[in-house]
Amino acid sequence: MVEPENIEKRLSNNRRFDTIFAVIGLISTFVGMITLAALLFDLSTDGLGRISFQFFVSFPSRFAAQAGILSAWVGTTLVMIVTALTAIPMGVGAGVYLEEYAPKNWFTGLIEINIANLAGVPSIVYGLMALGLFVYQFKFGQSILSAGLTLALLILPIVIVATRESIRAVPSSMREAAYALGATKWQTTRDHVLPYSMGGILTGVIISLSRAIGETAPLITIGALTFIAFLPDPPIKGEFPFVSFDWLWSPFSVMPIQMFNWVSRPQQEFHLNAAATGLILMVMTLLMNGIAIYFRYRFRKRIKW
Amino acid sequence: MVAIGTNGWNTEPLGGMMDLQHKIDVPETSSPLSVKPSGQATAAQLQEERSIIEVENVDFYYGSNHALKSINVEIPEKKATAFIGPSGCGKTTLLRCLNRMNDLVLNTRLTGSIKLDSKDIYDPSTDVINLRRRVGMIFQKWNPFPKSIYENVVYGLRIVGINNRNLLDEVAEKSLRRAALWDEVKDNLNKSATDLSGGQQQRLCIARALAVEPEVLLMDEPCSALDPISTAKIEELIHELKDTFTIVIVTHNMQQAARCADRTAFFYLGELIEVGETGKLFTAPEKRQTEDYITGRFG
Repeated sequence: MVEPENIEKRLSNNRRFDTIFAVIGLISTFVGMITLAALLFDLSTDGLGRISFQFFVSFPSRFAAQAGILSAWVGTTLVMIVTALTAIPMGVGAGVYLEEYAPKNWFTGLIEINIANLAGVPSIVYGLMALGLFVYQFKFGQSILSAGLTLALLILPIVIVATRESIRAVPSSMREAAYALGATKWQTTRDHVLPYSMGGILTGVIISLSRAIGETAPLITIGALTFIAFLPDPPIKGEFPFVSFDWLWSPFSVMPIQMFNWVSRPQQEFHLNAAATGLILMVMTLLMNGIAIYFRYRFRKRIKW
Repeated sequence: MVAIGTNGWNTEPLGGMMDLQHKIDVPETSSPLSVKPSGQATAAQLQEERSIIEVENVDFYYGSNHALKSINVEIPEKKATAFIGPSGCGKTTLLRCLNRMNDLVLNTRLTGSIKLDSKDIYDPSTDVINLRRRVGMIFQKWNPFPKSIYENVVYGLRIVGINNRNLLDEVAEKSLRRAALWDEVKDNLNKSATDLSGGQQQRLCIARALAVEPEVLLMDEPCSALDPISTAKIEELIHELKDTFTIVIVTHNMQQAARCADRTAFFYLGELIEVGETGKLFTAPEKRQTEDYITGRFG
C-alpha cells in the first residue's frame, strides 16, 4: 500500500518534469530558428546589395563588380533536371518494388540495409565513384550528364526510403479492397497505393533535390569548372528538330562551386558576390521546401480515410 | 386458382378449369398449393443438393500455427451460410481462403482442396484475379476508397476496361439500389465516400462488390462496428441478396446468424464442430461444444 503523501509527492514531481521537458523542447526549437534567421540576416547584409538583374545575366569576371552567376544558375538548373529525371523514376520505382512486389526474405532484407547505409555514405565518395564510372568508364566526360547522374545516385537512397515510408502509410485495407474486386498488383499500385502516398513521396523527392542542389564536393571531384564564361548548347532550337541534347555533354559550373571560387579569393568584393550567391541558393532551397509543403497539404486534404 | 388462370383459361367455367388442371399436371400443382409450408421445405432441401463451394480436408497454417484442421464443409448455392465460433477459432481464416485473400499474408500454407463449381481454386491453373471477381468480399471494417461514391462503385468495372459512361451509370444505380443506398446518395454521387456514415460506407462497399456481379459474397463480420439500426439494414439486405447470390457470413453475433443464415457452421479451435440447418443447430445441436457455446457457457 502506497502512502497518500507519497503519491502527492510523486505527482508534483511528474508535473515538474513535464515543465522541464517543455522548456527544453522550446529552447531546441529556438536554436534551430535563430540559426536560420542569423544566417539569412548575415547573408542579406553582405549580399543583398549585389543582387540585381545584371547579377543574374552576367558571366563571372575578373572584376568583382561586373561578375555574375549566369553560367552557375544555368548549370545548376540543367544538372538538377538530369538529376530529377533520373532519380525520381528510379527511386519511386525501386521503392514501390521493394514495398509492394518483392518477397520478404533475407535477400531483400540485405538490400534494405544496404539502401539505408547508402543514404549515409559521404558525398565525396559518390564523387570518386562517379569519376571512375561516368567520366572515364562510360566516357561521359566532365559534363552536365555526369554531374546529374552523380547527384541522382547521391539522392537515390533518400527517394527510395521516402517512397517506402509513404507507401507503408497506406492502410492495407485499401489494397485488400482493390484485390477483392479483382485488381492486379499493378492496378492496385497505380490506382490506390501511389495516389494515396503521393504527398509523402513528393515531399521526400523535393527535400532530396534541395539537398542535391547544394552539393559541391562530388561535382568538384568529377571536374566541374570553377570559372566558365559560356553557356551550354541551348536545349530548344529555332530549326528542326527543335530540341537538342548537346547540352548534356557540355562542361559546367554550379552555384555552390561559384561561391566556393569567390570565397577563396583575397578581394573583399568577391566575398560579397559569394554572399549574394549564397542568399539566392538558400532562397531557392526554401522555395523548394515550400513547394513540398504545399504539395503535401494539397494531397492530404484531398484524401481522407 | 385465379393466379394460375392468367394463361387465358379464366374465362372458362370453374368446373372446366379444374378439369383442365387435372389433365395437365395433377401431382405437381396439387401438393404445393395445398400444403404450402412443408412443400417449401421440400423444395429448399432439393436445392441444397447443389453446393457451389466444397471445402475438402483443408488444413491451413500461419507459419507453424495450425489455424484450420481438416475442414470439410459445403456451401449451398443461393443460401446464406453463417460461420460462428469464439475469437481465433478460424472462421475468418476459412472465409479468406475462399477467395484466396490469404495469399496476401506471408508464410501461409494450405493443404486440401476448395472447389468452386467443382473446380479447385488452389490449382495452379486458377486465375486468382478472376476468382476474386466471382467471389466478392465485404470486410469487417468498411474500406471505401478515398474517392467519390460513384468511382467506388464502378471501380470493379474500370479495371476491366469498361469506361462507357452510360453503362457505368447503369451499373452504379443498379448496385446502389441493390445495396439499399441509392435513395440516400443519388443526389451526391460525386461526394467523397468517406463523408458517409459508417453504415452507409459499409453498404457502399456492398454495392461496390455487387457491381462486378459475383456469384458468392463473403462477409467478414460486416456489422461488428455498426449501430443496431445500420445492422438491421444490412441484415435485411442479406435477406434480399441471398435470392441472387450465395452468401457466406462470419459473425460473432449468434442472434445475427439465427436471423440471417439458412445454414450455420460452428468452429472451435480451428476445427469445424458442427454444421447444419440454422434452426436445428440452435435448437437441437448434436455436439456438446456447440450447445455450450450457443447457450453462453463459454466464448
